[in-house]
Amino acid sequence: MAGYILRRLAFVALVLVAVSILVFGITSLLPANVAYLILGPFAPPEQVRALELKLGLTDPIWQQYWRWASGILRGDLGESMLMNRPIAPLLWEAIVRSLTLTVTSFILIGVIGVGLGVIAALRHGRPLDHTVSVATYLGIAVPEFFWAIVVILVFAAWLGWLPSSGYEPLSAGYWIWLQHIIAPVMTLVFGHLAHVSRLTRSSMIEVMQSPYVTAARAKGLPERVVVIRHALRNALLPTITVLALDFGRLMGGIVVVETVFAYPGLGRLLVFSIQNRDLPTLQAAILVVAAIYALANFAADLLYAWLNPKIRYGRSVA
Amino acid sequence: MPLQLKAGLLIVGTIVLLGLLAPWIAPHPWDTISMRTRFLPPSATYWLGTDEYGRDVLSRLLMGTRLSLAMGVSATLVSLAFGVPIGLAAGYFRGKTDELLMRSADVLMAVPPIMLGLLVLAVTPPSLWKTAVAVGFVYIPPIARVTRSVTLALANEEFIQAARARAESTSYILFREILPNAWPPLIVEASLRVTYAILLGSALSFLGLGAQPPSSDWGLMISEARSFIDRAPWIALAPGFAMCLLVIGINLVGDGARERLDPRLKARVGKS
Repeated sequence: MAGYILRRLAFVALVLVAVSILVFGITSLLPANVAYLILGPFAPPEQVRALELKLGLTDPIWQQYWRWASGILRGDLGESMLMNRPIAPLLWEAIVRSLTLTVTSFILIGVIGVGLGVIAALRHGRPLDHTVSVATYLGIAVPEFFWAIVVILVFAAWLGWLPSSGYEPLSAGYWIWLQHIIAPVMTLVFGHLAHVSRLTRSSMIEVMQSPYVTAARAKGLPERVVVIRHALRNALLPTITVLALDFGRLMGGIVVVETVFAYPGLGRLLVFSIQNRDLPTLQAAILVVAAIYALANFAADLLYAWLNPKIRYGRSVA
Repeated sequence: MPLQLKAGLLIVGTIVLLGLLAPWIAPHPWDTISMRTRFLPPSATYWLGTDEYGRDVLSRLLMGTRLSLAMGVSATLVSLAFGVPIGLAAGYFRGKTDELLMRSADVLMAVPPIMLGLLVLAVTPPSLWKTAVAVGFVYIPPIARVTRSVTLALANEEFIQAARARAESTSYILFREILPNAWPPLIVEASLRVTYAILLGSALSFLGLGAQPPSSDWGLMISEARSFIDRAPWIALAPGFAMCLLVIGINLVGDGARERLDPRLKARVGKS
């Protein structure tokens, strides 16, 4: 198991190095010179050259990359070009706000998704199962940004229960804070519930027909124990993989959701930095998202291995 | 033919037909601004109402159908153009080539698709065809993976050994012997990628990083309609529902086709 963890960790590190090269490479392809971006389009050439020298833009690209990457390893993410502030605290605030959304949504998706899947599987072939199946089929087809519009339309415009956008810190009061979280969380949950519940349903149906469930029933165990202790534990294996992927998708989903709801998190920071060509912020933000994504996958692999001895002792892990 | 496949083909076929015929069947011009017809609710003249510039929503929707389809198809073609050769090479040569290509694919897949798209689009000013290329780029790794796994299975078949014994060139073996046999699963995968590409492309347009006004791309239409959601919800709802319908249609086709191609899956679906 230790070897397995180390191998997976090495892969996470490799991914992050590769992503950092990718991010740095693509952003340094930018046609517009950074010095021009800072000084404006009418800056005199000698001033631009002086700033280029100061920023080290005339150095070979690999030296620039090394300076940037080693800065990150020391915890120095550079300065935002647009706001003239160090990126690290800016990014940290955004991460905390975004994780509030994603972690809350993730828990709800896990609980509701698995719940719906199990209920549908136990009522297999009955009307309730069909209702859940059709609803989830629709759920997959609706893009996130359309869910956001629907949520705003129903809960803000028609019912008037929730504010349509914005963010209030906890210091403004618990209820006010919560009100601004509900709509984006609802959007994320609606958008991602379907995968989890569909998969749980199909693997649960398969497991419930397997011999060991029949054996457990034959032993005279109560149905509740059979379902929860015997069937669910095995049926959840594929669900866990999908949940981990979903966490990654959630990190992607916040880009759209935070933009729609004007929620000042990581996703909005990303779009903002792209729109304003704030390269250092963009690079740092994408790297952070990739790191969270990679760690989520890593955690899922570990959990999977822990639940499934076949993988723990097997050799093929990549 | 399974019912799913039939229903899916019917939906997708209708949408494609409407998109192709859009310039001729659209009841009004899609881009003519008229201040007197702003925010009209759906009526006999304007079936789906009008938007903030007085443009007919139905006509814009129909024209947008072409954009969404073109986006999905061209992005998928980009992924196929790069993903298929990569997958063929990885699956046929194995060893170091395979390792290098597939680890690179893993790295690309370790970044959320929308981030990768944003990264590519950050470099250049937005336009629809660039979005298509960016989206296509994002989905190269999954296509490469599917191609590789099919190639791995085919590479040991007798007809490939025979081709090698005849001293056929490697490119002949890859593109004339293996590729034709790899198409069926690839087509299913590609059809699903079209859905993802449409969704990702419209999400990017929605964020302002794809199609630009006055284009009637569905994602952009929804994005623009956001400000008027309380007084004119039909402007956002029409393209939203259209997109759902298209995605459901393509998913039905993909599921139906996969069921036919994969007997193992058919048995399982039959059971559940």
